[in-house]
Amino acid sequence: MSTHFQKRSSDTEPGFTTASLPDIVFMLLIFFMVSTVLRETDLKVQTSLPSAEALTKIDQKRLISAVYIGPIKQGEKQGQTAVQIDDALIENTSAIRNIMYGKLQEQPKLIVSLKVDRESQMKIVNEVQQELREAGTLRINYSSTREGPR
Amino acid sequence: MAGLLDKRREGRDDVEIPTASMADIAFLLLIFFLVTTTINVDTGIGMTLPPKLDQEQQPPPVKERNLFKILVNSQGDVLIEGELASLDAIRDRVKEQVLNYGSNPDLSENPSKSVISIKTDAETPYRIYVKALDEVMMGFREIYDSVARSGNAPSGDQVLQQTYSSYQEYRTGLEPEEEDQIREAIPRNISIAEPDLGDQQ
Repeated sequence: MSTHFQKRSSDTEPGFTTASLPDIVFMLLIFFMVSTVLRETDLKVQTSLPSAEALTKIDQKRLISAVYIGPIKQGEKQGQTAVQIDDALIENTSAIRNIMYGKLQEQPKLIVSLKVDRESQMKIVNEVQQELREAGTLRINYSSTREGPR
Repeated sequence: MAGLLDKRREGRDDVEIPTASMADIAFLLLIFFLVTTTINVDTGIGMTLPPKLDQEQQPPPVKERNLFKILVNSQGDVLIEGELASLDAIRDRVKEQVLNYGSNPDLSENPSKSVISIKTDAETPYRIYVKALDEVMMGFREIYDSVARSGNAPSGDQVLQQTYSSYQEYRTGLEPEEEDQIREAIPRNISIAEPDLGDQQ
């Protein structure tokens, strides 16, 4: 009886082959490397977005250019509301039209995503909107999150 | 001598890069990318700003009955057509205004002439403005949903050849160059007025 068992175990190879495991893992790895978008801008202003119901999704990430409006996080001007585009704070709002005009030349289908802090006042938002009209970037998106349960 | 060479060659054939740790290295990288990846889609309320007007050019005139004014002050109080109301009332009032078809002399003549105007104070917080805009957008979405479900505009005109379960489903089925028939029949005219300059008035 015992000999019978021994013979069996010697016939079958124990364990499964792990030779293809690196290939599978590399496939997954490449997928995530390609799909990862590392945050390229570090935010100098605080933006906690408002929530809304009538949301639309923007699937094409490359069309989006973000404008951040909110209170400054650090430094001597901390707490003051400021506008940030890409990596820099905008001192004078009239500079926005040139920045946005340049971006529109590169990407004619540009969508400006306005990431505005919930508590910011409409005054600055309207100033920025007027600048966007001057630049001709008319497609905008008021970035907001899905409304949670009430 | 030959025997020695043979021995060396044999020894060399056995040398290989150990690949046993390859999977571990790949897993480490994989976990790093898994952790850092954010597959978040940007969501928000889409709008199109009106193009810049020339200095001499006056904005096109809108009849009083077609214009639906919503005023929002800094405390979140709402005036709809001059009457005090609440943010939650906007949605139904917008639907009333757009789908009036001339029956009420104070409301719009037809959907394509109707304009919704949102005006805010300079001090109005952004979240209240978004809330008001959201309510207007939801009003339109509810109209569009009912059109998509029935295939007809509320006036009875046929808009679509077939019916859909929602406006969203109709939109996703559209070709990029195809025109949105529902939006064509009931355009979403929203005007964002410049804010009052508060203390300067």
